[in-house]
Amino acid sequence: MTETWVVIGLVGAATVTLKSVGPVLLGGRPLPTRLAGVVSLLAPALLAALVVTQVVGGDEEIVLDARLVGLAAAIVALLLRAPLLLVVIVAAVATAAVRLLV
Amino acid sequence: MSRTRYRDGARAIVPIALAAAAFAASFGVLARAAGIEPVAATVMSATTFAGSAQFAAASILGTGGGVAAAVLAAALLNARYAPISVSVASLFEGSPLRRLVESQLIVDESWALSRRPDGRFDRHLLIGAGVVLYVCWVGGTAVGAIGGEALGDPASLGLDAAFPALFLALLVPQVRSRRALAAALAGGAIALVLLPFTPAGVPIIAASAACLIGWSRP
Repeated sequence: MTETWVVIGLVGAATVTLKSVGPVLLGGRPLPTRLAGVVSLLAPALLAALVVTQVVGGDEEIVLDARLVGLAAAIVALLLRAPLLLVVIVAAVATAAVRLLV
Repeated sequence: MSRTRYRDGARAIVPIALAAAAFAASFGVLARAAGIEPVAATVMSATTFAGSAQFAAASILGTGGGVAAAVLAAALLNARYAPISVSVASLFEGSPLRRLVESQLIVDESWALSRRPDGRFDRHLLIGAGVVLYVCWVGGTAVGAIGGEALGDPASLGLDAAFPALFLALLVPQVRSRRALAAALAGGAIALVLLPFTPAGVPIIAASAACLIGWSRP
């Protein structure tokens, strides 16, 4: 439980600082172009890593289970341009269904 | 150019804010699945107010990745707010404290809404939209976290599969260029290779190195 509060405190402090970089810390000056280029690629790199670790991640091993079916269902929903929340629900329902049946 | 008011931003964001409230409710539910209590989840939404970072921190904590990995991954995901806040810096005036507080209303949605056709940004649209989004985000989290208590076992509900689906749905709109695609593929590959050999959390942090693709000039 304490671990959770430490994370909440530190993530909150980091986010408050990052959002104030322009308005408070830099006072209107721009970021160097190359740095901005690197920062803009952090989100795609990290989100892809989160997809991988959350779908096949185990205890220091790769685990293939019903989560893969959920992700496949989510991909179909994304291709059909379903809204974000529906994509998430489809994945959960598909995974739950596989676990119920197998 | 017609003058805008805070009210205009608040009104324009309502459809998106309703979706954000539902999204926040799902954060409340999934945070509980990751072992985070309703009060903690709500406090996190009030102090962080950035969806993907909150989901990342919760999922890493839930899978035993530890404090350092959860904080680092969330901070790196939110690093985009540095250039975003730079782009709207001129909209904020007054004391440093006031600018600090108001700048917390910068989120992807309020920022996108406040961008005018001429490429400049509108303070009233950003602040008005930001306040409505904030209220919906914090309120939605509380509703989801408390309501989620009534749901059963997270695994039997497939909630563990909701996380990767969510991150994939957040990733798709980010991949708008060849470089972004390359960074995503490299990040995913790094994570997959390290997964069997390193403690939880490490593969995600290591994957952030893929952003160095952005160092070369386009």
